[in-house]
Amino acid sequence: MSATVLEGHGTAGVVGTRMLRREDPALLSGEARFVHDLVVPGALHMAVVRSPYAHARITSVDVSVALGMPGVVAALTGADLAGEWASPMPCAWPVTADMQSPEHLPVALREACYVGDAVAVVLAGSQAEAQDAAAAVAVDYEELPAAVDLEDAARDGVLAHLDAPSNRAYTWELIPDPEAVRRAFDDAAVTVKERYVQQRLIPAAMEPRGVCVVPQPFGGEYVVYSSTQIPHILRTMLGMTAGVPEERIRVIAPSVGGGFGSKLDVYAEELLCLALARRLRRPVRWSEERSEAAQATIHGRGQVQDIELAADADGRVKAVRVHLLADMGAYLQLVTPGVPILGAFLYHGTYDVPAYSFTCTGVFTNKTPTDAYRGAGRPEATYAIERAMDALARKLGMDPAELRRRNFIGADKFPYSSVAGLVFDSGDYEAALDKALGLVGYEALRQEQAQRRSDGATKLLGVGLSSYVEMCGLAPSRVLASLHYVAGGWETATVRMLPTGKVQVVTGATPHGQGHVTSWSMIVADKLGVPPDDVEVLHSDTGLSPLGLDTYGSRSLSVGGTAIALAADRLVDKARLLAAYRLEAAPEDLELSDGQFAVRGTPSTGIGIGTLAFEAFTAHDLPEGMEPNLEASATYDPTNFTFPFGTHVAVVEVDTETGRVDLVRYVGVDDCGNQINPLIVDGQVHGGIAQGVAQALYEEASYDERGNLLTTTLADYLVPAASDLPSFTLGRTVTPSPSNPLGVKGVGEAGTIASTPAVVNAVVDALSHLGVEDLEMPVTPERVWRSIGAAAPVPGGAR
Amino acid sequence: MIPASFEYRRAGSVEEALGWLSEDPDSTKLLAGGHSLLPLMKLRLATPGVLVDVGRVPGLSYVRDAGDHVAIGALTRHRDLEISEVARASVPLLAHVAGQVGDPQVRHRGTIGGSLAHGDPASDLPAAVLALDATLVADGPRGRREIAADDFFRGFLETALEPDEMLTEIRVRKAPSGWAFQKFNRRAQDWAIVGVAAVLDGDPRVALVNMGSTTLRARGTEEALAAGADPTDAAARAADGLEPSSDLHASAEYRRHLATVLVRRALVEAAATRG
Amino acid sequence: MRVTVTVNGTTETHDVEARMLLVQYLREVRGLTGTNIGCDTTSCGACTVLLDGESVKSCTLLAAQADGEEITTIEGMAAPDGTLHPIQEAFHQHHGLQCGFCTPGMVMAVASLLKEHPDPSEAEVREGLEGNLCRCTGYHNIVQAVLSAAHSGELVP
Repeated sequence: MSATVLEGHGTAGVVGTRMLRREDPALLSGEARFVHDLVVPGALHMAVVRSPYAHARITSVDVSVALGMPGVVAALTGADLAGEWASPMPCAWPVTADMQSPEHLPVALREACYVGDAVAVVLAGSQAEAQDAAAAVAVDYEELPAAVDLEDAARDGVLAHLDAPSNRAYTWELIPDPEAVRRAFDDAAVTVKERYVQQRLIPAAMEPRGVCVVPQPFGGEYVVYSSTQIPHILRTMLGMTAGVPEERIRVIAPSVGGGFGSKLDVYAEELLCLALARRLRRPVRWSEERSEAAQATIHGRGQVQDIELAADADGRVKAVRVHLLADMGAYLQLVTPGVPILGAFLYHGTYDVPAYSFTCTGVFTNKTPTDAYRGAGRPEATYAIERAMDALARKLGMDPAELRRRNFIGADKFPYSSVAGLVFDSGDYEAALDKALGLVGYEALRQEQAQRRSDGATKLLGVGLSSYVEMCGLAPSRVLASLHYVAGGWETATVRMLPTGKVQVVTGATPHGQGHVTSWSMIVADKLGVPPDDVEVLHSDTGLSPLGLDTYGSRSLSVGGTAIALAADRLVDKARLLAAYRLEAAPEDLELSDGQFAVRGTPSTGIGIGTLAFEAFTAHDLPEGMEPNLEASATYDPTNFTFPFGTHVAVVEVDTETGRVDLVRYVGVDDCGNQINPLIVDGQVHGGIAQGVAQALYEEASYDERGNLLTTTLADYLVPAASDLPSFTLGRTVTPSPSNPLGVKGVGEAGTIASTPAVVNAVVDALSHLGVEDLEMPVTPERVWRSIGAAAPVPGGAR
Repeated sequence: MIPASFEYRRAGSVEEALGWLSEDPDSTKLLAGGHSLLPLMKLRLATPGVLVDVGRVPGLSYVRDAGDHVAIGALTRHRDLEISEVARASVPLLAHVAGQVGDPQVRHRGTIGGSLAHGDPASDLPAAVLALDATLVADGPRGRREIAADDFFRGFLETALEPDEMLTEIRVRKAPSGWAFQKFNRRAQDWAIVGVAAVLDGDPRVALVNMGSTTLRARGTEEALAAGADPTDAAARAADGLEPSSDLHASAEYRRHLATVLVRRALVEAAATRG
Repeated sequence: MRVTVTVNGTTETHDVEARMLLVQYLREVRGLTGTNIGCDTTSCGACTVLLDGESVKSCTLLAAQADGEEITTIEGMAAPDGTLHPIQEAFHQHHGLQCGFCTPGMVMAVASLLKEHPDPSEAEVREGLEGNLCRCTGYHNIVQAVLSAAHSGELVP
């Protein structure tokens, strides 16, 4: 594992450049195929009848009218389908031994537990016919009290499931030294005690989900097309849940239109299409609609966070104590209970804190299940500590930048063993802060802020900081075992050269917008000395790439990319032996440059790797014992997480008369270690920032007191548009990760993790002189206006 | 979503549309740009049996200088109104508001007649025509009649149009200066949380978006202005007697407050355009 | 009912259900699946196509309303030899797409925007794209792409 990609790039030298994406032409021309685009002759369209009640007893389901409608082939209830399931829907993360998990079937039998819970399905010749018939399925419900509010649910006032003993799914603790925490709070000169609410969010990938299952009548195989992030995990889980031998399922994720965690799941519709295709021996497809997606696809966040800091008089934080309530929703989906745990180790943020206490209780409610959404646990942790640090700064009368500086884990302390039990790989947090403050012009902003305040301006300026560290590249398999996650954290890759010198890369990572084809071909191009365009990347099809653990948790590059680099190294090693045989030289005397092996110092007498590939293919004259072909595989299980970090600064203008918040400037300085393609890194950060800003200012999955989701459309759920966001100024520091040979860290979630607290801190900062200390997300104009009115007697109205 | 089934007929003239409309006015709907009706039909909140497409009826898309007023054909699309030289010169408020409706794609298809006939209190154009003291011309089986904007907006999605009538023309007084439009929303493409259209030339008229179940005037403000109040004092009465709704995006109390702020801003801005 | 629609220069006549939306017509009848469906409330703009040169959301038009009209979809933007249209090329050059699902609608909206505003400011670009949602890019690079396309001098109306 000594070789690194960066050492290799003397050859083609594309790693580190802003190479344009190879994925683009197909996507730009309309040629790319998403699941909804597939033409499958004879496919039946499935429509799902969903509960309009958050909690109800299903007393009868009558499909007779629907069955008689035009084009209808089948209409089935939960009872009709009960025999199709070998086991209930899977949750892969039993975080505690005593975790409660109510039985979750693709179609409910007796009890509907959220608005959107499936109660029947209809199959018809067209989508319109299926929808017409679904509307004609008559379901009798006996509405039951619904557990809607998270804190009420935690008190078991109303049970989300009739047969459950309580709404508690689990309680999980991380308290390395309770006494140290108690002492720190007893001795503290200053403490802050904050309560933050992480509203529920709808991931809203632009492509709604889609599934199409095509049975292969003579082989007994099922081809499952799904807009999923996890074809490999899905195949295993489909097999286990539907009782189909795993090898008979081939999962293909064609072009996937964004995921953000929402397609990191095993969904009822995937199981239903498979079971119905098996039952009817016909292709069955389902296209999710947006209003359906709001209920039937997982939500993110949904926590109430209590966080306390104990600090000395100089502002040095001595302890962090956190208690979370986490909203599971109605059922545990694939990794629902683990999401808060992914943040559990990070509530001290970038700060050198000696005492730590974290507890989390997962609670069932009668709402759409939650699960991993971009950042999954880390945005929540970062939000809590970064908001609390600003609260501490206000209490101390200290500049928030100075408070952060005082508490940072020093650059000289890496690798840093954290109080929560992690080893942070590398970092220089102050350098990122300094760079961000410089880019934004921090001092000048503070002066302008003071000027506006003293002028009595109605447009106030606020500056918000967020320094973050996150853990990604999930994860070393042994660590996952200690957290009771049922799978590993490795990734696998094969690199092979074809007879003509072209290269194929097979990866278990599964892109859905991240540009993997581009990045993987850059890595391999530099390793082998071939043009990136000569590298074909095969992915997202379990028929082509049978093993893999897919894409989530900012793992693809640091785990999957490393596996590819290692496989390429192995291929080069073999090619070197063959070249040495051909050139009659010692392998160690050969160097690979621009795709040519040559004895060091005599490059003109070399042999091309493409030629070697052909000779390895013909196998006419190979060294004794060498197998034909140039092909190598590697499976990489990371030794540690990677820990990207950075500082983001948001600048807002707040209209005190209307409460309107305008994000006027945004600076993000991130450190994700070495960069394969800075163009793609920029794009990941841009998008992440926008999603985090959206949580801060715009988005919330709102429910009424009966558990009806009010934000079912993109007209009500406010995904921001171009006109609602500014351009972003990005900067970067580069602190390579020592824990993988590429020296890379993840970057897919960093922007989202950093931006939410930066923006909310900025709004609070704008209003802090008026006495405003907190604003609930999303920070709507009305909430801002009310906070001003509540903080000061001056009415916010016309003045 | 896919609309429930319906019968589609394309009208070649107002007379033909009115004839079909009169056959079964209650389950027949006119389709102009479709940007109010089709979204409701897709969600199956509207399920007309017959859809009469008037989108191609000739002669109903125009913005004309008619001497003392400007006449606008009901099928004039928002974009055409936005860039109309006549509108920009003589009723810049209307041109401006047309450019604020929805998003560009919506403005390319949506029509002023469709927007007004839909009677949504959250829409922008109804407030503009109310502030401009417009006259709305409707054709029906009983002939043509003129309806004052003040009488046109009756309630939530309810106008003075009879089910068998069709809005054909909008006439607005010229107001080349002394106007302003304020729209407050969270995202640009969204309906206004509160909007204000103000015209100060002649008797001041201030109309409000989303401040009740229908488009309405800020009578308190208008009275105060008539009595000589300054913008701040007049604006303080913007929500007098009004009962806006509370919804996902704003409470009634906040809407009332916003109305006072936005009306004040509109009045100041309108006064400034008068020079 | 019978509709005759010219799509990307090719005219065809088909019998369709009255309730068929234009976007379904393009995808299912004409087989042009580049135009995507991202919502059901005229919000996201993924289905944007040009109708007689102007951007419209094809999810909010009936196929019947397009009878006799000229439609341009994303498939009609590149040259016959595959050369990307300058707007498509600008999206490529500026990394203005990630998952690519919103991209066809976004490109068509830009085509219409630049026809109306050949030399837009950043603010005009952002306002001009308010009817198109993207979840991946944060719009930053889309805006850069549009500004670059506008100023490339290659857009001949």
